Amino acid sequence: MSTARYAIGIDLGTTHCALSYVDLEASDGEAAAQQVLHIPQLTGPGSVEDRALLPSFLYLPHADELTAGDLSLPWTAAQDYAVGEFARSRGAATPIRLVASAKSWLCHAGVDRRADILPAEAPDEVARISPLTASVRYLSHLRAAWNAAHPDSPFDAQDITVTIPASFDPAARELTAEAAQAAGYPHITLLEEPQAALYSWIQRSAGQWRKEVKRGDLILVIDVGGGTTDLSLIAVLERDGNLELHRVAVGEHILLGGDNMDLALAYAVTRKLAAQGTRLDPWQTRALAHACRAAKEALLSDPTLDTVPVVVPSRGSKLIGGSIRTEVSRDELGATLVEGFFPEVAVTEQPISRARGALTQLGLPYAQDAAITRHLAAFLTRQLGATAELDGFAEQPADSQFLHPTAVLFNGGVLKSELISARVLDLLNTWLEADGAPPARLLGGADLDLAVARGAAYYGYVRRGRGVRIRGGTARAYYVGVESAMPAIPGMEPPLEALCLAPFGMEEGSEAALPAQEFGLVVGEPVRFRFFGSSVRRQDEVGTLLDFWTDDELQELEEIEATLPAEGRRPGDIVRVKLHARVTETGTLELEALPVDGSARWKVQFDVRGDGSAAGDDAQAGVTAD
Amino acid sequence: MARTTPSFFRRIGLAFSVLFNAERAAQLQHDEAEDEQPAADASIAPAAEPQPVILRETTPEAALQLLGLLQREARFIDFVQEDVAAYSDADIGAAARVVHEGCRKVLGEHFSIEPVRAESEGSRITLAEGFDAAAVRLTGKVVGKPPFTGSLGHRGWRVTDTRLPKLADGHDASVIAQAEVEL
Repeated sequence: MSTARYAIGIDLGTTHCALSYVDLEASDGEAAAQQVLHIPQLTGPGSVEDRALLPSFLYLPHADELTAGDLSLPWTAAQDYAVGEFARSRGAATPIRLVASAKSWLCHAGVDRRADILPAEAPDEVARISPLTASVRYLSHLRAAWNAAHPDSPFDAQDITVTIPASFDPAARELTAEAAQAAGYPHITLLEEPQAALYSWIQRSAGQWRKEVKRGDLILVIDVGGGTTDLSLIAVLERDGNLELHRVAVGEHILLGGDNMDLALAYAVTRKLAAQGTRLDPWQTRALAHACRAAKEALLSDPTLDTVPVVVPSRGSKLIGGSIRTEVSRDELGATLVEGFFPEVAVTEQPISRARGALTQLGLPYAQDAAITRHLAAFLTRQLGATAELDGFAEQPADSQFLHPTAVLFNGGVLKSELISARVLDLLNTWLEADGAPPARLLGGADLDLAVARGAAYYGYVRRGRGVRIRGGTARAYYVGVESAMPAIPGMEPPLEALCLAPFGMEEGSEAALPAQEFGLVVGEPVRFRFFGSSVRRQDEVGTLLDFWTDDELQELEEIEATLPAEGRRPGDIVRVKLHARVTETGTLELEALPVDGSARWKVQFDVRGDGSAAGDDAQAGVTAD
Repeated sequence: MARTTPSFFRRIGLAFSVLFNAERAAQLQHDEAEDEQPAADASIAPAAEPQPVILRETTPEAALQLLGLLQREARFIDFVQEDVAAYSDADIGAAARVVHEGCRKVLGEHFSIEPVRAESEGSRITLAEGFDAAAVRLTGKVVGKPPFTGSLGHRGWRVTDTRLPKLADGHDASVIAQAEVEL
């Protein structure tokens, strides 16, 4: 790894992937020589183009659908699926063969992510793939694209960083690392996307960032991507005269992004057309969604426009006779997008659950409340105490309702629009004013589309000690559920206690202490534990036992599972073990069951859906002698 | 001889200036005016019979590719193949938006296009001797010698970069829009 010529950053996005790289030899200090790889991909049958973004779509064609060579890429002719732009456009007309939003499925705890379940709506005849496999294929495509462009600097010899949402739970992080491994990646490092966006901002400022932020600043990163909204808070501290950045809090996982907004607008226009007596078939509806996106971009980028015509072309070759014309007005855009997704709410408001409307797509747990501002309010309110322990931070006034950021960094295509970014900033400043705090300022100059990939590559560079690093470690503390010992009461479950295994803020490559508590595991049988995470309990140490908590404090994650192999023991025996946590260099959390006699280590599995199905068994078999 | 050669060499020089540049052409003229026995042009000068010029055949593949892109993004073929006489301007205008937006996208994605002349149209410009006659077309009273001064009627366009998709071996580019059959 030390011989790497390039630091490569990969943004594995819900709707797009991108790859950026820093030439380590040509970089010096804060002047990093950085570029974005143009990724060869199919854009039509048999036609390959280089694009800066690789759409995260995968198409599984019918055997008779394409002719020989139609799926050929510069590096292979033997692939029976398409990834990228062609997959997206071809799949729009044949959704039963299209895999989309694989990343959202990868962090969907309700399904077995290693099982072949995508496309969710595919008929039996289509050979489905798993969310994990889809991610492997995107990552493999990027690796092959790199190798085709840099034959002298093979991918596997470079320093690679892959980004993930800050809100990813331990299982989703592990699956991402596993996907990279399966795609043939050497050692990788995971980086949270909002951090990557801030790194990119730092890099672009070429040293000026030290003048734009100061000790005591609290930077709120709002990242609204194609499919997810990700929130993080990063504090600016000073040590020995140098500024230091600490990521102090991350938000919940919110499945809500730009694609939902495009859909919502198209839905509003469809209703308008229906009211005028024009009904659209599915093909026209998709064409309308496409046209609405263009209209949205035109209205958002030019404040002088009042209406933008929208034309739904006919499907047949008669273009003029068969097209449907309508328009999108600024008022409609405001009502659907700004008021629908960024309403002016009070900071005390919480996201609400309600019947699902136009946003639902079978299977994925989309955010029920489309109001991103309400999610933001809830995040800042929940994190009120996040900076209490930080050196150099003025204590929040006692009657504060929420944590007061002093600066805001936007990321993601949606926030390119002044209309939307201004609404978010104004609303935040209204909240701050009501709480008697000074307004937050905008950190400008970010490239909202490629910032994450760029920031990830820059991170690979600064990790070599050549720039400022954001510290923070894990953004949650983790707990295992323990049934408390009490006399059985018929009809009542024994109360549950939560034992802290991993404290808040564990850095990569560090190990938690070994708790005193022991568990009895039955040899040869999988044992499941309830598992919890907290993004607010910063004080708990390993071994802390909670007997009471609010829903806001601890969130239940997927169950975890430990299986002790029967080798050398009699099945049915009980072995006393302790549960031990560590954070790998990659950035994933690992839990191990250690027998009290210290004779072995067994990995405890996240993502145990599917009741120990084939994939699960494979992964559990690994016993490492200590 | 001394009176006729300059005009002959002048023409050769102009031809070179198109191929290379003004400085090179001027240099050439200068060298050859000094040397009364130009060796370089010895083979051309005595040729009485004009040599047949071999014109290049352009391959249709790139043109077909462009038509395919224009159809895919802009419904270009559909639009042009349709008889517009039967439709109102409003209908044609609506369709033209699809075509315009799509054509723009194709041009933007696959070509880098910039004006040949940076000056604004209508302004007076001067063309120095040895100007690029392939890039600038003279019209009107075309007499005398450079420098020529005139008014810029059209800025011209120059493609500085072309990025057409690469095609797989055996790909049939003549199908510029596939027939669609919904099952």
